[in-house]
Amino acid sequence: MTNTAFNPRSLLASDVGGRRLLMVLLAIAIFVPILNLAVPESSVFHVSTYTVSLVGKYLCLALLALAVDLIWGYCGILSLGHGAFFALGGYAMGMYLMRQIGDRGVYGNPELPDFMVFLNWQELPWYWSGFESFGFAMLMVLLVPGILAFIFGLLAFRSRVTGVYFSIISQALTYALLLAFFRNDMGFGGNNGLTDFKDILGFSLQSDATRATLFSLTAIALLLSYLLCRWIVDTKLGRVLIAIRDAESRTRFTGYKVEYFKVFVFVLSAMIAGVAGALYVPQVGIINPGEFSPLNSIEIVVWVAIGGRGTLYGAVLGALLVNYAKTYFTGAMPEVWLFMLGGLFVISTIYLPKGVVGVFQKFKSKVAVEPDDPSIQSKEAAS
Amino acid sequence: MTVSHINDDAILYVNGVSKSFDGFKALNNLSLILNKGEMRAIIGPNGAGKTTMMDVITGKLRPDTGEVIFGDNIDLTKYDEAEIANLGIGRKFQKPTVIESLTLFENLELAIAGHRSVFQALFHKLSGEQTDRIDEVLDLVALPTRRNELAGALSHGQKQWLEIGMLLVQNPELLLVDEPAAGMTDAETETTAELLKSITGKHSVVVVEHDMDFIKALDTTVSVLHEGSTLAEGRLEDVQNNERVIEVYLGR
Repeated sequence: MTNTAFNPRSLLASDVGGRRLLMVLLAIAIFVPILNLAVPESSVFHVSTYTVSLVGKYLCLALLALAVDLIWGYCGILSLGHGAFFALGGYAMGMYLMRQIGDRGVYGNPELPDFMVFLNWQELPWYWSGFESFGFAMLMVLLVPGILAFIFGLLAFRSRVTGVYFSIISQALTYALLLAFFRNDMGFGGNNGLTDFKDILGFSLQSDATRATLFSLTAIALLLSYLLCRWIVDTKLGRVLIAIRDAESRTRFTGYKVEYFKVFVFVLSAMIAGVAGALYVPQVGIINPGEFSPLNSIEIVVWVAIGGRGTLYGAVLGALLVNYAKTYFTGAMPEVWLFMLGGLFVISTIYLPKGVVGVFQKFKSKVAVEPDDPSIQSKEAAS
Repeated sequence: MTVSHINDDAILYVNGVSKSFDGFKALNNLSLILNKGEMRAIIGPNGAGKTTMMDVITGKLRPDTGEVIFGDNIDLTKYDEAEIANLGIGRKFQKPTVIESLTLFENLELAIAGHRSVFQALFHKLSGEQTDRIDEVLDLVALPTRRNELAGALSHGQKQWLEIGMLLVQNPELLLVDEPAAGMTDAETETTAELLKSITGKHSVVVVEHDMDFIKALDTTVSVLHEGSTLAEGRLEDVQNNERVIEVYLGR
């Protein structure tokens, strides 16, 4: 009954929603680039580069939502500062992309990014060194959010900061970073952030082929992260996380060092968020301190709640749905969007505790009752 | 009250423990000795310090003064809850606490004796022996038919049993059981008393309880706590006739 080996097939045996999601992801990873690049623009099947970039952006946010669901849905850690890890991953990628510009900037300085020349800096700060290497930058995409999450998590969880107190200090964390990154002398471009990127690994970011490739990579990153998260929650470790969520002191008195489990899953989640940020930045073409805004982090939690907490695929679905709605409504009637978002959150909390996914499950169990399987009945009974 | 019978057989030695909260002395120079394989019932009015004593033994609270020795020479005041659990002390809470969104089997799987680290949990696989043990304990707590149901669907009394089952698979040397009969029917209470008696000997057991019928059914040595220290100790009949105990229970 337990999956110890990393075997996608047995992993998804009882995860219908996940299976469907992964099939869709695989399909779009393959076909969207084809429909974008090989199908002529006149054809109805052509997918515009605008759409590719937009959906690519949604997939990054879905990856971020997945990271939040792993800690919130399974371990009960409500982080209201996860945008910080996303933004840090984004900045690490942005720094690489800045270094790639070389002497093609407005000031033509081969070493320094434009904003540093503008500030009369003479040389690159020490923490920018190494970012000319793609490999190093990718390592930092994982390590910077990971190490921050490790230190922050260790301090918070060892002191047994839980519940709403943890949420508040995680919010303070992202707010502190927001203020820090706004400062010009931090060396990250101040409130303008990092932008005007030219190319990635030598491929122009303006070309359709690069954009389509980034899209596919994002879909694949989401697919692999989903499998990783599904594997983890299906192991005994996943059940310890659920135990911590449901009865933390019981778990302690059973002999589990709760703080270590929390730190582990928090660091992993922060790294996934970092990857999401790193994929996001080349597709939107900018990273600025706005990504650290506490509001962004709260929004992630809303996506997860609306999609359905503690299911993994619900988080992905929620992120896609809400962000699509956001794109639509901020265009059609921008003044009502925030009210709608707030309203959706209230409605889903009160009437749909299991989110959109929960509605589907309920509908399905009404259509096809399976009286022979006691485990399904009992799971329903408990819900 | 002085400690009367220190010997090599002691599994738990609580020596002169005091703990106060904002000036209120929850435990006041409390001493208690429990022998290997012994069952001890602890009674006392509300606020006598029963739960605080459990908290100190299991590492949830640090005593202000005094020592708590487990086994030969392990000073429990130096360890946290998880470490103490792994040293061989299991605790059942007053309010039944099980993992409601896991099945009964999974609850017991988490509790079964074995490694507790993060990475071992990631690659953990139950041995056939462990699976058998879990099924054996499910039989023992009379819940074999509900093996794959969620623990949240159990009744109050059944949750109490599942929690006791979790303690049993954890296989601790010492079990601390806080009000196991609370919220149980008479029949369930009786079964619980039998269950606890049957495991005594192999394990040492401390039971905190209010229900006098239950204590009577346990048929064992009773310690009466009052204002944070031991007031009397002995057979239930003797304790019940002790004048100071009567005074404490019936008011001053």
